[in-house]
Amino acid sequence: MQRMKQTALDIYAWFERRLQLEGPVKEAVLHQVPRQTASWWYVFGSAAFTLLFLQIFTGILLALVYVPSAGHAWQSLNVLNHQIPLGWFLRALHGWGSNFMVAIVLIHMAQVFLFGAYKFPRELTWILGVFLLLMTLGMAFTGQVLRFDQDAYWGLGIGASIMSRVPWIGSGLVHLLLGGPIIAGATLSRFFALHVFVIPGTLLLFVFLHVWMVLKLGVNDWPMPGRVVRRATYMEEYHHLAHTDGIPFVPGAFWKDLVFSGAILAAVAVCAMVFGPFGPGGQPDPSIIQTVPKPDFFFLWIYTILSYLPPQMETPFLLIVPLLAIAILLALPLVAAEGEKSWYRRPVAVLVVSTVAVCFGVLTHLGTTTPWSPHMSAWSGDPLPVNRIHDATPLARQGAVVFQAKQCRNCHSVGGSGGERGPALDAVATRLTIDQMRFKVVTGGGNMPAYGKNLSPSEIEALVRFLETLHPANEPPAYDASRRTVEASQAADSAGEASSLRANEGSTP
Amino acid sequence: MSNAAYPANRQEKTSGVNPATTSGDARIVSRRWLLFKAAIALNGAVGLVLAVPIFRYLLAPWRKDASYESWVSLGALDEFPVGETRLANYKNPSADPWDGQTDNVACYVRREGPGEFKVFAINCAHLGCPVRWFPQSQLFMCPCHGGVYYADGSRASGPPERGLFTYNWKIVSDNLQIDAGQMPTLSNTAKLVTISTRPGDSKCSG
Ligand code: HEC
Repeated sequence: MQRMKQTALDIYAWFERRLQLEGPVKEAVLHQVPRQTASWWYVFGSAAFTLLFLQIFTGILLALVYVPSAGHAWQSLNVLNHQIPLGWFLRALHGWGSNFMVAIVLIHMAQVFLFGAYKFPRELTWILGVFLLLMTLGMAFTGQVLRFDQDAYWGLGIGASIMSRVPWIGSGLVHLLLGGPIIAGATLSRFFALHVFVIPGTLLLFVFLHVWMVLKLGVNDWPMPGRVVRRATYMEEYHHLAHTDGIPFVPGAFWKDLVFSGAILAAVAVCAMVFGPFGPGGQPDPSIIQTVPKPDFFFLWIYTILSYLPPQMETPFLLIVPLLAIAILLALPLVAAEGEKSWYRRPVAVLVVSTVAVCFGVLTHLGTTTPWSPHMSAWSGDPLPVNRIHDATPLARQGAVVFQAKQCRNCHSVGGSGGERGPALDAVATRLTIDQMRFKVVTGGGNMPAYGKNLSPSEIEALVRFLETLHPANEPPAYDASRRTVEASQAADSAGEASSLRANEGSTP
Repeated sequence: MSNAAYPANRQEKTSGVNPATTSGDARIVSRRWLLFKAAIALNGAVGLVLAVPIFRYLLAPWRKDASYESWVSLGALDEFPVGETRLANYKNPSADPWDGQTDNVACYVRREGPGEFKVFAINCAHLGCPVRWFPQSQLFMCPCHGGVYYADGSRASGPPERGLFTYNWKIVSDNLQIDAGQMPTLSNTAKLVTISTRPGDSKCSG
């Protein structure tokens, strides 16, 4: 026993003599950190680090089978899903790992922002972190492209359409992005190179520098209201704190990092097991147009914004806002390097984070339901509820047929089914008079196409007679007061004529 | 002099003698620096020389739009009945063998008269999603953000800034040909057109 131990020590010494890693490792592991930073709030960075290595590892395993060729990528993914034992699980791990990684990086960023950790002397750590976020998103997007299915294909189309809006050089940029004039073999090859070599290589380098600075500058101290960061005094204060009220990084703070990383890995595995891999969806054949392209989860919010912007604002928005946002993030630590760290004294920061979070949530939710998209098969797939036409006149029934056949249903729901692009028409007759409805149908306006040229007068008449029946039983349809007066006076006139006729009759002896 | 050149010689260092000066006169030191700078310059020059072909290679796809386009046939004229809009497919003219299905490109052909055509790109002018044609209501609808176009390709509603993109076409021996080869986007097809506020009379025809 004793001898074995001695041999082990000898072997260790042999290596250590050559590697000389003991010193730096001990220094990194045992450096003092302020006691309060051993907190569950500080675990997200290391979890992102762990997930990065999960992604690299599972990515290499997938690359053993995946074929980065536009002609074969889709088939190779299906082989992974269905033929290679547990290939589906590896794909699921990589896909869920990606989602978790983006989420954790975002949470990490929010935490670091709220804790004021970007302030002096950690400005550069934050700036590298912004690039790490961008690269993580870049990995998510390029990864979605490598899952070479219809969504990937049309997602690239969206990317190219956005690129093409750059003034003057737009068309050249599109060619660079796609590797040619259209989405084809060259496109997949270059996204493969980006996803597997370029971005991960840069990412690893930046992660190394990021972590290096965390070790060298020390973990951000727990923000205390009133403890103000000043360039002149901060370093001294921090070291004082770390040494009077500090603990060694390992194990004091590190065990929580380890536990959380393990839990996150387990969560990824459970999601992968339960929900399985993402796609691939339909094959990437652009002549199959029966498709509803949609980006992956973390890009849905952009998809939503693009549907609500007024057309004229879209290009300026797309070109300016992302650059502006990145510039603000990069400039933040330089502008606000000093001052309070505590969120109790930074209401604007708290407001910004909560606003961004709420916006992200709402936009993403809208992106999952896409109320702005016409339901392409509602006109043929969602029949009108029977009670809507049960008591209708023949003309109104004719109108109901027009309503279905002319794809009104794709944008308008009745009885809860149909598109949501336009308002639900269940009670439209209580809002609009028959003339207003006729006008709307003929001239359109406000995202409603004009049907004037596509419907015959008799079709329009039948249609509005049907729309007129769309009101609750206990609510009468809207009517035009002046119209009533006209009708009433007409009725009165004809009645008057009749009575005078009768009077004449009566007067005849 | 010989010993002092090694920084390991603590004795010399702590005694306050600068090793640089003891290792020789300033001329030797500056010669080393000169050589060092020359070596940097050499690498810089080689780097520059290498950068030219590398950039040329990287920018290879950056070509004039016209250089990508060529005439492709969509089929015989009688495949397209007058007054109707039909989906047609063609093979991308600059296809590579490893493109797989991606070089099948679709477009809509509308025959307005015996010798009058309009050929629309499948890509919505908003973000390039594939629009679908509904002959019953004579509308194109986009599944992505709800862009809608009339039968003549003009914008009906939704986020697109203009009507559908069109291809140039010609008739060659009873065949319909179009000038195709690149994904139509706002940068390479007819420039932006102002949107008319009245629906149905958009001036853009691509
Ligand atoms: C591309 C989607 C789309 C299609 C197809 C469509 N509509 Fe609309 N419709 C809309 C939108 C969007 C509005 C809201 C317009 C506005 O903001 O003024 C609307 C409004 C209306 C209104 C007014 C509703 C109200 O409460 O103000 C009526 C009536 C209507 N549509 C009827 C029809 C009929 C009938 C058809 C079929 C012939 C039809 N729509 C087809 C999108 C559509």
